[in-house]
Amino acid sequence: MSILILCDHENGQLSPVTLNAVSAASQIGGDMHLLVAGDASGNVAKAAASIAGVAKVLVADDKAFENGLAENLAPLLQSLSAGYSHIMAAATTTGKNVMPRLAAMLDVMQISDIIKVVDANSFQRPIYAGNALSTVSSNEAIKVITVRGTAFEAVASEGGSAAIEAVTGGGEAGLSAYVKSELSSSERPELTSAPIVVSGGRGMQDGANFAMLEKVADKLGAAVGASRAAVDAGFVPNDYQVGQTGKVVAPDLYIAVGISGAIQHLAGMKDSKVIVAINKDDEAPIFQVADYGLVADLFDAVPALEQELG
Amino acid sequence: MKVLVPVKRVIDYNVKVRVKADQTGVELANVKMAMNPFDEIAVEQALRLREAGTAEEVVAVSIGPAQNQETIRTALAMGADRGIHIEAPHDIEPLAVAKLLKAVVANENPGLVLVGKQAIDDDCNQTGQMLAALLGWAQGTFVSALEIAGDKAKVTREVDGGLEHIEIKMPAIVTVDLRLNEPRYASLPNIMKAKKKPLDSLNAADLGVDIAPRLTIVKVEEPAARAAGVKVADVQELVNKLKNEAKVI
Repeated sequence: MSILILCDHENGQLSPVTLNAVSAASQIGGDMHLLVAGDASGNVAKAAASIAGVAKVLVADDKAFENGLAENLAPLLQSLSAGYSHIMAAATTTGKNVMPRLAAMLDVMQISDIIKVVDANSFQRPIYAGNALSTVSSNEAIKVITVRGTAFEAVASEGGSAAIEAVTGGGEAGLSAYVKSELSSSERPELTSAPIVVSGGRGMQDGANFAMLEKVADKLGAAVGASRAAVDAGFVPNDYQVGQTGKVVAPDLYIAVGISGAIQHLAGMKDSKVIVAINKDDEAPIFQVADYGLVADLFDAVPALEQELG
Repeated sequence: MKVLVPVKRVIDYNVKVRVKADQTGVELANVKMAMNPFDEIAVEQALRLREAGTAEEVVAVSIGPAQNQETIRTALAMGADRGIHIEAPHDIEPLAVAKLLKAVVANENPGLVLVGKQAIDDDCNQTGQMLAALLGWAQGTFVSALEIAGDKAKVTREVDGGLEHIEIKMPAIVTVDLRLNEPRYASLPNIMKAKKKPLDSLNAADLGVDIAPRLTIVKVEEPAARAAGVKVADVQELVNKLKNEAKVI
């Protein structure tokens, strides 16, 4: 058995979520090969080669792969697929875009967003926004899988010394072209890997009020997130969204402020180790999943919390 | 240009799903069903393209049991021109759906397929990408803005880091995200009118597609419930508990 894992990378840096995908693959067993496509810097391949347990790093250094366009990447993966029992990627927006295209090209049914490896053929995944967990088994010759990063402990980023090998395949399909990105820049930790997340909902009333949460977040070294309601209302950009269709987080501490707790939001944060809810409505569903609930007006409680944290 | 909009019938998003006691799936009997919310956004976008003169016809297609015709009628009531129902089991997999849609595309020759980025039941997020692969078309996924100009479409994608702008060649598959638009409600007169709109029905077997499932569902279970928490009186008590009891700060 051998497993090919597509690396996520950005600006010449290997995305940490790749370590979680490798972790899932290591539970399946067999040789693990990593594919780095479209990184001209060479840094990503070096970082991939030093991940503990990786046997080989394949590098496809073609400009066509630089921006992760599925039309170019899926044929590359297909051309490399022979001999692999599993092809995996983290369930990031890149993985979710590319892997189903690959699966259809290979005529196999993908297994999306796994949270548990039962054995080499069986995997558990959430359905209905995590309100049910489905264990599925696959007899496909190649299992195409995306991995929910927060469900697997990251492997060590050091300790490996895999061989790096250049590969070719796929290339410019002429179907799509990258234009530009508008990425949020923040000094705070990245939402999906931050140990503490402070999120605001509709109760924040205005985007400017998120400054209160940012002050708390900065005292805690936390990331700032939001509910769909807050994003739809334009308080914060889309990449803040935690939930079924946004980001899934599982920090040590999740502080939900002015969030009522729709099931679509709970789907994105209920695996957090400790959940705090601050809401003035004591009937809000968020209190049903909170370890510590504070029924209070957030405009009093949040500044008080910031003070108390010193 | 013709726009094809696949619409899925799912448990209504407000319903709290219950897992069946025998762990074979979730309870569907006597449960309120509705159109997948992402597909509603796709229907709305198709209607807006027609209203803007970019599209001439909007065709809604749904794959599943006879009741899926209700979902198509919902799309027709919103304003779609006609419907196609493909009779198939309720729990057909995305790969089989994509193959059936490919057959529909071959018959209908749409210039654009607009579909929800994922269904809120199986949360797979696969069908649009798979259909694009089978057709060899470009795909714009998780789209929050769409602008069509001739044989190209400019799409804005919601990605993990923010927004990404790409240009895709037409014909194309576009999978829509939440913030693309706000779907309209069907008015009563339009609901009545929808009953008279054409709706063709065919069988999956007629399209010569193998829809046998590839995955076996071993079991479906409830997630572990979280232990009940406590209410704290004030911020001091909260911080104290986080420091000394939970030890997370």
